[in-house]
Parts: sequence; structure tokens; C-alpha cells
Amino acid sequence: MAVLNVNGKALNHSADPRTPLLWVLREQLTLTGTKYGCGIAQCGSCTVHIDGVATRSCQVPVNSVGNRKVTTIEGLAANGTLTKIQKAWVDADVPQCGYCQSGMIMAATALLAAKPKPTDADIDAAMTNICRCGTYQQVREAIHAAAKA
Amino acid sequence: MTIHQTSLSRRSLRRRGFLVSGAAVAGGFSLGFHIPFEDGAAQAQTVKELNAWVVIHPDDKVVVRIARSEMGQGTLTGLCQLVAEELECDWSKVTWEYPTPGENLARNRVWKNFSTGGSRGIRESNQYVREGGAMAREMLIAAAAAQLKVPAAELTAANSVITHKASGKTVTYGAVAAAAAQLEPPKEVKLKDPKDWKIAGKPVKRLDTVEKVTGKQIYGIDHTMPGMLVATVRACPVIGGKLKSFDAAKVEKMPGVKKVVAIDGNAVVVVADTYWNARTALAALPTDWDIGKLGEVQQETINAMLKEGLDANEAFVGNKVGDAKTAIDGAVKKVTATYSFPYQHHVTMEPMNATALVTADKCEVWCGTQNGEAALAAASEASGLPVAKCDVIKLMLGGGFGRRGRSDYVRQAVLVAKQMPGTPIKLIWSREEDMTHCQYHPITMAKLTGGLDKDGNLVGLHVRISGQSILASLLPGNLVNGMDPATFQGLMASGVEAAYGYNVPNLLIDHAMRNPHITPGFWRGVNVNQNAVYMESFMDELADAAGQDPLAFRMKLLKPKWAAVLKAAADKAGYGKPLPPGHFHGISQVMGYGSYVSGVAEVSVSADGHLKIHKITAATNPGHVVNPAQIERQVAGSFVYGLSAALYGEITVKDGAIEQTNFDSYNMLRMDEMPVVETVLVPTNDFWGGVGEPTIAVAAPAVLNAIARATGKRVRNLPLMHHELKKGA
Repeated sequence: MAVLNVNGKALNHSADPRTPLLWVLREQLTLTGTKYGCGIAQCGSCTVHIDGVATRSCQVPVNSVGNRKVTTIEGLAANGTLTKIQKAWVDADVPQCGYCQSGMIMAATALLAAKPKPTDADIDAAMTNICRCGTYQQVREAIHAAAKA
Repeated sequence: MTIHQTSLSRRSLRRRGFLVSGAAVAGGFSLGFHIPFEDGAAQAQTVKELNAWVVIHPDDKVVVRIARSEMGQGTLTGLCQLVAEELECDWSKVTWEYPTPGENLARNRVWKNFSTGGSRGIRESNQYVREGGAMAREMLIAAAAAQLKVPAAELTAANSVITHKASGKTVTYGAVAAAAAQLEPPKEVKLKDPKDWKIAGKPVKRLDTVEKVTGKQIYGIDHTMPGMLVATVRACPVIGGKLKSFDAAKVEKMPGVKKVVAIDGNAVVVVADTYWNARTALAALPTDWDIGKLGEVQQETINAMLKEGLDANEAFVGNKVGDAKTAIDGAVKKVTATYSFPYQHHVTMEPMNATALVTADKCEVWCGTQNGEAALAAASEASGLPVAKCDVIKLMLGGGFGRRGRSDYVRQAVLVAKQMPGTPIKLIWSREEDMTHCQYHPITMAKLTGGLDKDGNLVGLHVRISGQSILASLLPGNLVNGMDPATFQGLMASGVEAAYGYNVPNLLIDHAMRNPHITPGFWRGVNVNQNAVYMESFMDELADAAGQDPLAFRMKLLKPKWAAVLKAAADKAGYGKPLPPGHFHGISQVMGYGSYVSGVAEVSVSADGHLKIHKITAATNPGHVVNPAQIERQVAGSFVYGLSAALYGEITVKDGAIEQTNFDSYNMLRMDEMPVVETVLVPTNDFWGGVGEPTIAVAAPAVLNAIARATGKRVRNLPLMHHELKKGA
């Protein structure tokens, strides 16, 4: 048994140490909000925070995480209240199919933590997640709205 | 419509004794069959439905049943709006559920078509879902009349409350729903005039957002069950090839591995406790394939096959007016150009997956699908059980785009589960498997020849398409004397689906069918996409040859509805007015999926050849507008999809196999390349058109036309990434 610090809790898992964090979250800890898209850190669907840094969990062996704090999409509104970014997402009606949106929101949350008033160029640089439905225009709108909230 | 004294549960199926006609079901059923009667007493009946579409709980909660699949396009919310509009219910009380395809069959297809494609979700089902809402409303009013002991005609319904104006008495829907559910439905109902709509036609918020921003939404890939194992598959890398052998002993002892099986003679599957363990073992599994002659097919082989078709004598005629060849031969000026459009991949963000549980007398599947009834047919065929003993529980789709209209992944999951009876098997495709085993957007080329008279009028036009037919591969029964009518989408002579908008006195549009071994499929927008690239790019080439402005040139030829929507976008974009230095406009229009759409692209190309798409102005006439906010999102999203294809979308073949394996070799538009999209809605409120697809087709030609203005370079072969736009290059 190994322990991961996820969303403020110490959780046990029995995965092989080289298993990507993504699959430990999804299959051992039943946190399926973090999505598998490409497995090669291209699409960002699997983005989580490790000590607050937006990280593509498909390329992180679980044994490299140690006791650093992992936050997943389920950990944002842990007390049942949406964060200002999630709220901005709801207000702008951002998701279409929604599959990429966990990763989008985790990336946007890290962006706003680092740059509370991001420019469009900041958003372009930080938000490299792929959305096939094409929600980019609403993602941008929601990030700006959250920055003002 | 008959009233059904039943209550549905999405989790547990209730079978009753209905004689079912499956004649219209996709997937090969053609005979009626009888579903065995099960003990009705065992069925927990909590809340009775008012009809197939509407269930109202005592606390006023409204459950709308939705047969079509939600995959991001907003159909779920739009259909709920239409039901709620006629029901006169409180929108804040509306929730939804999917009936299952099995329940649909058991109830004589009461929900009609489950298939979700061709932008048909709303345009084809609006009438019967609105009738469902209206009938439920009338039944609620009748029940309230009985309870209040007043004539029904003196009652009005609004916001889930029925009011007797004279006495001031009110009763809520929840209070009379149980009584209403016992009543006979009205024989007929009058639907509201759309100009009186209060919920439909408005930009209400989607019903599926909160789950999607909190990680709680369950997609097919997230489904889990007690005792479930996870499988992953590798099919022959060459589509059409066979599995020769595999050495299961090499991986059977690896962590978590439960079983290694072959399916369909062309694929191997590892079943393990987790996806990661299954994937790791599959990667280590030695396999040998029988590829044969298909292994000699290269992209150049396919290209040569299509090139031959451009000038072949034999071709299917899709649209003919006058005598194009004679008119072109006699023209003062002749213009010819050849275009090509590659294979493309849908790339749903969620890779293909399905969970199946097969026992001796039952087969159940949980998955995202665009075609629940075809998935049901696939489950029946793969399990060998009669369809009455199968069902498909639909889950949210992480993207569809046409890909999830096919049921190959459902079949595979069932074939694996059949080999492990009683154990639920979740089959997940790796992204690599997904990229290399799609049904790809078909490959075509086109040669266009136009003739102009001395005044620059278009007197004759020949469009020769050469390339792949989707129907020939997937639905050969839908060919008409060998011809694939869908090949001419957007270029058809008439009809409400995808008619050609130009009045050309002498016109010939024909298709030399050339079918390589790569399986083609329906890809969001389908054949309108490449036909619009060919036609709308060439219209600019003709305008240039005639020395005329491309908008003015088109306006002389376009029929009224096509012209109006093009003018709407051009006006909004300020077409013809000065632009910032270095910026250029390109235009395009098309009619597809029942709607009229157009786009104006504003681009610049830097001295070193860097393309910047600054802004898109897009106009849409979908007839009736059910949710303007969702239409705007579909239009903006269509440019992401269409421009991803135009800039980067290309699947190529090497040694018979697909060369692109993941997102590092198949790029897509990201946020930094996303232009601002301004949507102009110009509804004429006289028809029902689709929205999810048509606009994709105008994205590429509008940008290509703007690039030609900016650089003088006419890009005729997609994708754009292969073209050097730098001056002098």
C-alpha cells in the first residue's frame, strides 16, 4: 500500500509505482473527473494540480508524487460551493460535451492563481488544452469574468 | 398517441407484453417479434408517466425523456425547451432522462428515432416532442378541472400552475399529475405559434453544465460496476487484415492480467483488473498479422486512384442543368482547377469505449452512442441473444462528431464479455487504437471547369468529384443504382437537405466513385465540407477570371435564401469597407442540413508566411431558433472543428496502415489560434433546419479565399500546413 495526498486526504492505493497518476486517480481512487485523452501530455484532459502547479497527470508516475499535494477537479468545490472559476464556467455556459473541461478548469485555476488579471496573451500561453467541441471563446470569456469576480 | 401506465427506470429494465415492429430499426432487424411478459407486480411504480415524454413528480419535478443523444451539441436542452414550452411548466423544475433503446422497442418505438446525426436532433423530432408536452398539459388541465369541479375551458396553465381565474383557485402540476396520468390523452392538440414561445426560442442555460464543471458527469469511460474488469484492444494495424497468431503465455503472468482473447479474427484483447495493467500487458503481447496485399497500399497509390477518376469517362450524375460541356467549349474564357481533400479523423476527446455484461440470457451494454438502436443491434448480433434480451444504457458522450454513430466498439466489448460470462467488461481503446481504427472522413478530389462569356457571366460549369463513397462502404443498401447520392451533399439539385444555391444555366456535377480500402465514415458536416471547399474556392477563382468582386459575382447567381444569408454575414463584417492594413476578407456560403449558412473570414499573412485568422463573421438561417445561445456556441465551435481540419487535418496511409497515431502527429486548433467568432442569426421562421454541422463547411473556404486575397496564392490541396504562404516562396 502506498499513500497519496489527494484533495486534502491521505488515500491508500496498491498500484504499481510506475503507473501514471492519472490511472491511479481514476481506477484506484475512483476520482474519474480527471480524464484520459491522449496519454502523451498533448491534450490536457488529465490536468491536475501538484502543489498548486497545473500538471498533466498522464505523464507523472505515481511514485514520483511523494507526499506533495494533489488536487483534482473533485477537490475544487470540496465543500459543495463552486469556486469562482467554476461559477464563471456555469455563468458563461462553457461546456459542450464537457470531457475536456475538468482539465480546462484546472489549467485556468492555476493560471489565475499565478496571474489574477491575465491578458489574452497570458490565456493563450497557459491554456493549451484541446477542446474538440470548440469552447475556446467561452473559456476565454469565463476566465476574464472570473478574474473580475 | 396512447397513454402508457408505466414508469421507467434507467437502471433496471421493465419488459411488458408488447408486439414490437422493429422494421425501422437500424442494424438489420426486419421482422416483428414478441417480448416475453414479465411479472408486472414486481415492478416498482413510483410515479406514473403522463406519456412517453413527460413524468411529473408530486413535488412538481418534471422529467423529460430524451431519445436523442447529448454529445455537446445542446440537443438535450433544446428538446427539453420544446417539451416544456408546450407543457407550460416551470423551467427551473425540469430535469431529463434517457429511455433505453430496448424500452423503445418494447413500446413499439414510442420515442421514434434514437439516431443522433445529420443535425437532425431538433429539426426531425420537434413536432412529436412538442405534441408530447402539449398532450400532457391538456391532461393536467383535465385532471385539475375534475378536482376543482369547473370546466376545463375556464382553466389556464402556466409555470406548472393551473389557475381558475373566476374563483382564483390554483393547483400545481405535482398535485394533479397522478390523476392526470390515469386519463385518456386528447386525440389532437394545437401547438403554440413560435412567436408566443417563452422558454423555446430563448437563450436558456444548458441543463448539463454543473456536473461538467465539477467532474461529476459520468461518461462511458467512467462507468463502473461491482466485479468489473477492464480490457483494451489492438486490432490489425491494417484495416481489413487478420490476426495470424499471438503468444498469450508471454503476458498472462503480468500484474493484474486475467485473460487474453482474440475477437473477430482481427484483434487481440487483454482483460485485466485495471486499464493500465491491461494496456501494459497488451504492449508486451507478441502478435503476428496477416496483412497480405493491403500492406502494399501507400498514400500515393490512393492518390493515383483518385486522379484517374478526375478524367474518367464513367461517372454518376448528381446534378445536371442544360449542357455544361457544350457551353464551356463555346465560352469566351475557360477556367480549370483541381482540388483535393484528405482523410480526416473525428478525434472525440473521449476514446471509444463500452462496458458489456453478458450472461446466458441477457446482454447489457453501457456506453456513449449516437445511435442507441444500432448499438442494441450490435449487442444482439455479437452476443447471439435475441434483441429482446439485450439493452443499451446510454451514457454521456465525450464527443461524437459522427464517430459514435458506428457500433464497432460496442461489438468488441460484447465479444469480449461473451467470453467471460457474468463479468462486466469495460473495453477502452487507447488513443493510438482510436487514431488508427476510425471510419475516416472520406478522401476525394475534384476538377472544376467553368466557362465565362464576354461579360464575365458564368455560362457553364462542370464539377467532377473523384473519390470515396461513405454509403458504398457502410450502407450499400442506400446506393441508388450504384450511385451515392450523399456524395453530392450541398450540390444537390433541390430538396430541403443540402441543395445547391447557384443558378447556373449549364451545369454538370458528377462523381467517379473510387473506393480505397480505408473505411470511410460520417464526419461532422460529412460531404458538405469538401464540396464547399471545392465550390466556394472555385467561385472566387471564377470571379477573379471575370474581373469581378467575389461577393457581387455570387450574388448574381444565388437563389434568394442563399443570397440573404451571405449578405447578412457580409454586411455584419463590413465586407468591401476598409480593413486594417494587411487584413483581407474571404467569403463562403452553403446550404446543408436544412439550414443556410455563410462566413466571412478576416485574415492576415505576415511577410514570413504566418497566417493569423483575426475574426470570423458567420450568419445562420436555421428557420426556427430554439436556443440562440446554443446556436452561437455551435457556430463558433464549428469554426474550431472546420479550421482544425483545414489547417492540420490529414490522415495518411503507409504500407496499408494509418500513419498518425496520436495528437503529436495529428494536430488540432488550440486557443491561441482561435479567431473571434461573431454569429449573426437571421431566422426566417418558416422551416426547421439543423445547426450542429452546416457551418463547418464554410470555415475552410472562407479562410482559403481570404488567404488568396492576402497572398495571391490559391491553396487547392488541404491541409494548409503543407503550404508555404511566404511571399515569393
